[in-house]
Amino acid sequence: MSGAPAVLVISGLTVAYGHPDDPPVEAVTGVDLTIAPGEIHALVGESGAGKTTVGNALMGLLGASGRITAGEIHIGGRPVDTRTGRTEGITPGRDVGAIFQDPMTSLNPLFTVESQLGEAMRHHLGLSRAEARIRSLELLRAVGIPEPERRLSAYPHQLSGGQRQRVVIATALSCNPQLIVADEPTTALDVSVQAQILRLIRALADERRVGVLLVTHNMGVVAETADRVSIMLRGRVVETGPVDRVLGRPEHPYARALIGAVPRIDVKSERLATPSEENPAASDARNAVRGRMRADPASASGELAVEHLCIDYGGASWLPGRKARVFRAVDDVSFSVRPGEIFGLVGESGCGKTSVANAIAGLLAPTAGRITLSGKPIAGRRRAGRALQMVFQDPYSALNPRLRVRTALAEPIVFYRLATSRAAAAEDAAILLEAVGLDRTAGARFPHAFSGGQRQRIAIARALAPRPSFLVCDEPTSSLDVSVQAQILNLLKDLRDLTGLSMLFISHDLAVIRQMCDRIAVMQAGRIVELADTETLFATPQHAYTRELLSLVPTLDRIARRAAEQGAPSNG
Amino acid sequence: MSAATHRRRWRVPLSVTAAAAIVVLIILAAALAPWVSPYNPLDIGSFDLMNAELPPAFMVDGDWRFLLGTDNQGRDLFSTMLYGVRISIVIGGGAVLLASSVGVVLGLLAGYFGGWVDMLVMRVGDVILSLPTILLALLISGIARASFPNAGTAQWAPVILVGAIAIHEWVQYARTVRAATMVEARKDYVRATRVIGLPGLRIMARHILPNVLSPVIVIATINLAGAVLTEATLSFLGVGMPPTYPSLGTLIRIGNDFVFSGIWWIVAFPAVLLVILVLSVNVVGDWLRDYFNPMRRGRS
Repeated sequence: MSGAPAVLVISGLTVAYGHPDDPPVEAVTGVDLTIAPGEIHALVGESGAGKTTVGNALMGLLGASGRITAGEIHIGGRPVDTRTGRTEGITPGRDVGAIFQDPMTSLNPLFTVESQLGEAMRHHLGLSRAEARIRSLELLRAVGIPEPERRLSAYPHQLSGGQRQRVVIATALSCNPQLIVADEPTTALDVSVQAQILRLIRALADERRVGVLLVTHNMGVVAETADRVSIMLRGRVVETGPVDRVLGRPEHPYARALIGAVPRIDVKSERLATPSEENPAASDARNAVRGRMRADPASASGELAVEHLCIDYGGASWLPGRKARVFRAVDDVSFSVRPGEIFGLVGESGCGKTSVANAIAGLLAPTAGRITLSGKPIAGRRRAGRALQMVFQDPYSALNPRLRVRTALAEPIVFYRLATSRAAAAEDAAILLEAVGLDRTAGARFPHAFSGGQRQRIAIARALAPRPSFLVCDEPTSSLDVSVQAQILNLLKDLRDLTGLSMLFISHDLAVIRQMCDRIAVMQAGRIVELADTETLFATPQHAYTRELLSLVPTLDRIARRAAEQGAPSNG
Repeated sequence: MSAATHRRRWRVPLSVTAAAAIVVLIILAAALAPWVSPYNPLDIGSFDLMNAELPPAFMVDGDWRFLLGTDNQGRDLFSTMLYGVRISIVIGGGAVLLASSVGVVLGLLAGYFGGWVDMLVMRVGDVILSLPTILLALLISGIARASFPNAGTAQWAPVILVGAIAIHEWVQYARTVRAATMVEARKDYVRATRVIGLPGLRIMARHILPNVLSPVIVIATINLAGAVLTEATLSFLGVGMPPTYPSLGTLIRIGNDFVFSGIWWIVAFPAVLLVILVLSVNVVGDWLRDYFNPMRRGRS
């Protein structure tokens, strides 16, 4: 490393949250961190690990209830006053730039790009309007926005998500900071845009010698972009070091488990490694569930056929004389899911995959086409009834907050008279809870008592309650942590093996799709561009778009490849 | 950050505690009027025209048998007020109950089904809201009195009043519930019940209704004060409760005729009671609105 002084030194940082009346809760305990100029230091961990709190402490954005109780922060060699969050001669926004997660909300929708970019420079550097404009143009060019002159007068809603994130990065760079705090900068973006933004951040560090603190939960992003990495667990850094070493040969057991839980795109494994073991009581319950589902003639494996499905949005306006603007979200999509198969549907946001799922689930009337489940048409008004169930993306909104878990699970059982009495329905609900790896007493509680992963288990149990033959999973793990994601994916797979359910599995994450699915369809702009067996698709992708998608996914492979090239023994 | 510690930190301000206590006290006094009040003002045999227009007890000509004096017919004002506030609260509460039930049901239907159901309910609501409350209520009472000879009697007047007030107020509930329903209906837990195949009415009643109810409670509290006032206004204008079964509004109307004769107490005491009741209910309602407002949560 160069002899330049570190842009950021954190030593023994401890941050506590809590009202003065209550005992404080330590969100971050004794964190040490050093970032040299031009270095990207990744801070990874699962939600609640305290990684964002570290970033906020740097920016003085802790909020009213957070306090730095111990430790020191030095930015560019100067100490931050830990009580006020201010540094002598250091101003947040000038010396420390921030890139936030959601580019949709981190720009003010009422101001043009020029005024937002120029504001910080005119305020901090005392530039005139004309000077600020010239600098803004330079910055937009530097972050690679096409036609920067035209974009200056654009409002945020006129830009795409990737362009907005570039503008946010330009804003962060505007006052030549020594340090940039990037909090999940690409989590809200598609893979193709994510790859560009990560390349841009890497280039900034290399060319401008900016230090970057990259807060993320995505191991692939770390492997592709960062120089050093710190892994956090419950407010502490458990392992830190160069990326190749930590991700290639992790030492701490938690680090090893976390990295093992990341689904890999290069090899298919039967089960994903999970940091925690399954509840042993689950196997009895699973056998009971299997018995019940097999005994039910209606829940034999479902065979789904989608033929020439088209979905239009916008539709006819009820005002006469106004021309309807129709947008075709799904265009002539046909595929079939065989009994007992997990069929993957993959594509970037806006490609129409969720519309397909909604049409199959009967939540959306298709404009044209035919959907049949085990030979019976189910599109539009004719619902599939209990034969087809769905698992949703967001476990936090998927459960009724006012209904006890037990009641929510028993409802479909009672409704379809699948149990002889209410007591039998309650017993069924308890067995379902055990089958998805929860305690049977969990039924007495309300959804807010559960974590995201537990809620998703409950949502899966509810989908199984009516004893369906087909399950639609719409991004079931994209809002979960890596280790929880691994558990949920294993659970879904086990349930398929156990009951012979057929599944339509929708995801934007190719690695997850690879681990889960037997066959895969790739969607782009409402059409299926490629449909093949998983192994065939990943080994020999035919369509250009599939190849592009595969090449863009940030993965841990880089580490594995490098280890292989060096011929280093990588027995962890 | 748990709900329990949150609630503990949400201290109830003294003004709200006091207002709530006053509301409870007035409601209790009204409910227990037959046992609490010294006289029965509804029993014509119990009062004497000889005692008419006596001033309150603390004044020179006062009589300690009649604490707040008597009205023009010799009824004990204190007893009459207790019975009056009872009638006011029953009519106000009845109107709120009717308006909220109708409004919640229509709002749920409009928000859940959308389309022409939504159009119909909301446009009817818009037309009704374009008429002033009092004007509409006067219209309804007038039509009712013209159509049914019994409409002005003590038995039927409350029913007409409840209807006349509720016909205007339900729109507010329907609008609020419709907006909340549209938000909830898009959430995954409602979509999940649709995939399970539950019928629409059951989804609305069991899953959406409990999640849209908290704003309704707030509106109902604030509306109660409004409904009591509307009833008082109607009675004051002479289309409300008959003088033999006076509500607070009727008492104020009677008193209004005597104010310029120096007999101020017949109008003053009922009016002060009305102001205290409405003010207290409003204070409690405002606090409830803040309490249920998610934007206020998190600040202490």
